[in-house]
Amino acid sequence: MAKELKLMKGNEAIARAMIASGTDGYFGYPITPQSEVMETLMAEKPWEDTGMVVLQAESEMASINMVYGGAATGKKVATSSSSPGISLMQEGLTYLAGAEIPCLVVNVMRGGPGLGTIQPSQSDYFQSVKGGGHGDYQLYTLAPASVQEMYDFVFDAWDIAFKYRNPVLILSDGAIGQCMEKLYTRDYVPRWTEEERRKNAPWGTWGKPANRPHNIITSLELDSARQEVFNHKLQAKYAEMKEKEVRYEMLNCEDAEYIIVAYGSSSRIAMKAMQMAREKGIKVGLFRLITLFPFPSKQLAEVAKHVKGILCVEMSAGQMIEDVKLATNCGVKTEHFGRFGGIIPTPTEVLEALENKIIK
Amino acid sequence: MANTDIEARKQELLNQGYTEVYTRTKVLTDAVMHYCPGCGHGTTHRLVAEVIDEMGIQDQVVGVSPVGCSVLAYNYFDVDFQEAAHGRAPALATAIKRLNPDTFVFTYQGDGDLAAIGTAETIHACNRGENITMIFVNNGIYGMTGGQMAPTTLIGMKSATTPYGRRVDLNGYPLRITELISTLPGTYYVTRQSVQTPAAVRKAKAAIRKAFENQKLKKGLSFVEILSNCNSGWKMTPVQANKWMEDNMMPNYPVGDIKVDGKLVDNVDVARLAVDHPLTVMQ
Repeated sequence: MAKELKLMKGNEAIARAMIASGTDGYFGYPITPQSEVMETLMAEKPWEDTGMVVLQAESEMASINMVYGGAATGKKVATSSSSPGISLMQEGLTYLAGAEIPCLVVNVMRGGPGLGTIQPSQSDYFQSVKGGGHGDYQLYTLAPASVQEMYDFVFDAWDIAFKYRNPVLILSDGAIGQCMEKLYTRDYVPRWTEEERRKNAPWGTWGKPANRPHNIITSLELDSARQEVFNHKLQAKYAEMKEKEVRYEMLNCEDAEYIIVAYGSSSRIAMKAMQMAREKGIKVGLFRLITLFPFPSKQLAEVAKHVKGILCVEMSAGQMIEDVKLATNCGVKTEHFGRFGGIIPTPTEVLEALENKIIK
Repeated sequence: MANTDIEARKQELLNQGYTEVYTRTKVLTDAVMHYCPGCGHGTTHRLVAEVIDEMGIQDQVVGVSPVGCSVLAYNYFDVDFQEAAHGRAPALATAIKRLNPDTFVFTYQGDGDLAAIGTAETIHACNRGENITMIFVNNGIYGMTGGQMAPTTLIGMKSATTPYGRRVDLNGYPLRITELISTLPGTYYVTRQSVQTPAAVRKAKAAIRKAFENQKLKKGLSFVEILSNCNSGWKMTPVQANKWMEDNMMPNYPVGDIKVDGKLVDNVDVARLAVDHPLTVMQ
């Protein structure tokens, strides 16, 4: 696909971006509201074109472990799911992080807990950035707020994943996954050649040539002294991400007396609420998180110095607000507003919350 | 003793007129195996390594180790290796092979890993007919965690979690996963072997060789079960354990080919084996 203006769903954008970004393999399992990802891939038949492998697995446990197996050979391998399926993948994710395997996982969030609902939600923030699985690990977590970003972030994900040998999570939600918007496609990035794979992933397990020791992909270290050293190495990697790979967007924050912090779908609603507030003469800015891990703590703290209050808008009972309060050291009045269980708040509700919880 | 010292000593002995009758297989590393003396894992490792060596495919092999006694198999095979989460090895192997069709991929799993926590991955990899080799070591027990009941533990057999013997009313029946997967159209070669005698070892090696040759010919999934004692888990000497295995495991898990070249072997009644438990065992 060359550069073109297209109209498509967020889920379709994910699938087309996987093909266009030179992804080698996709392994998935159907779940609402993200099934269009695999449906698009199956309909596009990329194995006939780019050689990309697409397989429907027997479960999310199998698909995340297929990602492990395939990605551990040094190839670009991805999966996608929605909240309950992502819960099933947590074991695989901690193994992937522990074995330092680059890969891409997309979560198109729906409401929980349990089987919950199939409508959009943002209640997997804690699961995404506070572990999810066991052990001290982090996923580089991108939060797209448009169909265009669903597409673009797949390309960005591969750069980060291989630069840091770390899994990347695109944390989206049912609203972005299901809505149709225009987007500009990109030129195809060819899949890596054999030489490129070996150069970019010298640690990969593709069959040991006579001139190198065997490569081993494992997250096991029975010697706790060595395991501690390894944990320090991981922490240094996460610290470097915090230093170099933070992404965020600020709108009207320069003169703002109040700011709304939000990501994904909520940031779109917050943007409208901000415009409505400005029309009423209230100086409101929007601080949109693009990376949830690493969290833009320093940048947010800087902005918070000059405002009277912060409203955190999230389609949850209040998860992201904890990181906002930590970033600002609770120095500013900070409140949460959210609808959950699959309900999307309206801009009017957000504005009312701002006026009642923060400004009043 | 470092490898160079071993080589020097070997040369010294050869110079003295000794003849070499048995040597380390080059596909095994110099790492000292952690397996209990008398356990079948060491022998099975060697057989797989010999087959890889004899087929000249060392540079094309990717192994997948399980969680269980053989979790560290990657330290012993001098081939590229991945260590899977408990039970997930067939899922890893599926993707390794599909993304790298020119490799030889094998999983090496125990009975808890393959037939309990990994049942879904096992059955679906077999049913898809993935072009891989699965080596399944069955000792009727969870060895590494201290000898708890496995899906394959015999009725009446004592374990750490069945201290008075496995009871059908409490624990259900032993699972004959090998017979079960032989009924799936995706499996091409299914066999059960053992490694407690030199004759058995020779047969087991031939089965492993066939399993890897099938992969070379892109025939689909080959599945080799190896019965092994777990002398420490069974609380016996290795010699007693092998005898106990022959007397008790083998009537429940009959040795021999079950499916060859995609066809069930004529004299093996898989349907009967699926329900019939010929012996109640008391240790």
